[in-house]
Amino acid sequence: MDGTLKTVRLRAAVPVLPLVAFILVTFIAPLATMLVRSVYDPLVAGAMPETLFLLSEWDGKSIPREAVFEAAVRELLGARQARNLGRVVTRINRVQPGMRSVIMKSVRKLRRISGSDSWRDTLIDMDPAWGKAQTWQAIRRTGERFTMRHYLHALDLDRGPGGGIVRQKPERRIYMPLLGRTLAVSLSITALCLLLGYPVAYLIAHAPHRWTNLLLLLVLVPFWTSLLVRTTSWIVLLQTRGVINDALVALGLIAEENRIAMIYNMTGTVVAMTHVLLPFMVLPLYSVMRTIPPLYMNAAATLGASFPRAFWRVYWPQTQPGVFAGSLLVFILAIGYYITPELVGGRSGQLISNMIAYHMQQSLNWGLAAALSGILLLCVFVIYLIYDRVVGIERMKLG
Amino acid sequence: MATIRGRWENVGRLSYLIFCTAVLLFLVAPILVIVPLSFNVEPYFTFTEGMLALDPQAYSLRWYRSVFGDEQWLLAMVNSLTIGISATVLATTLGTLAALGLANPAMPRRSLAMGLLISPMITPVIISATGMFFFYSNLGLTQTHLGLILAHTALGTPFVVITVTATLAGFDPNLKRAAATLGAGPLRTFIRVQLPQIAPGVISGALFAFATSFDEVVTVLFMGGLDQRTIPRQMWVGIREQISPAILAVATFLITFSLLFMIIVEWLRRRGNAPAKA
Repeated sequence: MDGTLKTVRLRAAVPVLPLVAFILVTFIAPLATMLVRSVYDPLVAGAMPETLFLLSEWDGKSIPREAVFEAAVRELLGARQARNLGRVVTRINRVQPGMRSVIMKSVRKLRRISGSDSWRDTLIDMDPAWGKAQTWQAIRRTGERFTMRHYLHALDLDRGPGGGIVRQKPERRIYMPLLGRTLAVSLSITALCLLLGYPVAYLIAHAPHRWTNLLLLLVLVPFWTSLLVRTTSWIVLLQTRGVINDALVALGLIAEENRIAMIYNMTGTVVAMTHVLLPFMVLPLYSVMRTIPPLYMNAAATLGASFPRAFWRVYWPQTQPGVFAGSLLVFILAIGYYITPELVGGRSGQLISNMIAYHMQQSLNWGLAAALSGILLLCVFVIYLIYDRVVGIERMKLG
Repeated sequence: MATIRGRWENVGRLSYLIFCTAVLLFLVAPILVIVPLSFNVEPYFTFTEGMLALDPQAYSLRWYRSVFGDEQWLLAMVNSLTIGISATVLATTLGTLAALGLANPAMPRRSLAMGLLISPMITPVIISATGMFFFYSNLGLTQTHLGLILAHTALGTPFVVITVTATLAGFDPNLKRAAATLGAGPLRTFIRVQLPQIAPGVISGALFAFATSFDEVVTVLFMGGLDQRTIPRQMWVGIREQISPAILAVATFLITFSLLFMIIVEWLRRRGNAPAKA
């Protein structure tokens, strides 16, 4: 009996397996690679194994012994030969700013020296930074194969001189304020969408039948329109020489020289993102409201309740599943938004995703990009769990 | 008393309708503004006096000509279609199959599987693209069409799974049993009985998957090379660097495209929701 049940269940799973395998390979494995990358960085450990081994016995305060210097010189020159030096130096420089010029300058000089009695004196002679403990601490930390430094960096934390974890100086805190801003902006956009979307969903759900389709189409047009097209529209409308400013000037409402800056700032991000995400609020609300019979509201009215009272006590509670579904969906989409803030947000309208893209494409600090992605992923996952609890993932519908 | 209340109700209703009209305008107007501007004879992004006076001289097809005469845009169109269609075929096949399995009550760990299959839709694209860049570059799949096809397939499958699952909810399992009693094998039952019933969901899902790929820019930016440029990538570059009304011409073209998609999907949904004819 147990055996046949097992066979039945296995056979039921067969059609699902190809897609499960496909998603595991093309999607989950990349996410896993990214998470590994956020804590694992073998580059420096591979390039300077002997230096790092010798440094592991160092007390962390005094100037290291001669053997450490000798190994460092050999391995840095070796890294240069292997065309690896740039990447090694970049990593050390991220932990201890200024190290790039120290190492590069020294390596350039070392190439001209054939030997030395004391590499320690030679190096310290080239740059006094070699005589400082923090230089060697930076090398030791960069050499950790498994490291929390990307996460510390992403959380605006740092290792203190004693090795303990301390907060960054206020002026160097970047990512936590940005994450806070992303959450705050997403929350405002969700609230805006609810404020604008609820009345419209109500209108569509309770309009006479011949109007329903037309009204629904008005919501579906932006839902289907390409995201880049919608973003372009907002640039056309909002820029200083754009349609809205031109119209305001033509109507004499503002002076030519007082054109309003509505784009390439936070206003641009909020307006364009609200436009993009509003259909995701209206559609779930509509599908819940459609199922609410007008009977209840009529009954409340007959019993003497005014419209606001009847609405608040009778109608609103019944729409709560839709409110939850729409709000969570909008919020989850908003916190990961990249394209719209990148194109219309300017400097002040950037969100956490833009920082991930920046570290992926410009600064090439991939470990940090991976750590920031990991943190964002955790945020999304938490909201997803709430969504699944409250709404149920299997009830997710499109349009 | 009653008249005062009635008047207030009218004012309330009127302002409510004005509010809703404003929101609906907010939704649609920005998109519609693009269309006339794409026929602007001048290289501006705003209405010229001639356009407002409806002077035919102020309108032209020059931006359409410049797009359709540009090799880069043409390459982008070919790439978008190649990648989009391949990803759609893959996503639709895998997604439909999976939805059929998920609809089976004997399916073990159903909600876990569903969560896994939906995850590409919930995960912010920037994260997916970051991960895919790391993983696919290890496999030498960056800067290849195949890499982008696989990425877009992954991003598109959740839509197929969701739409087909929704149609399957209305499928009467007795029809399958009836076919079996009449001697049809499982494959034949599927093709002749089940597929026609769930076809609207499958087609909707395919359109969603295609639209996802056709509009996707982040993975293309991260993983594609110059040979893999697609329409959204060209638009992205155009918006950021050499903004010209040619973009508005492409945008108008894309709007037409998506309207077409929307109408088909809505029509299919109506058909799918209508009670099946005996």
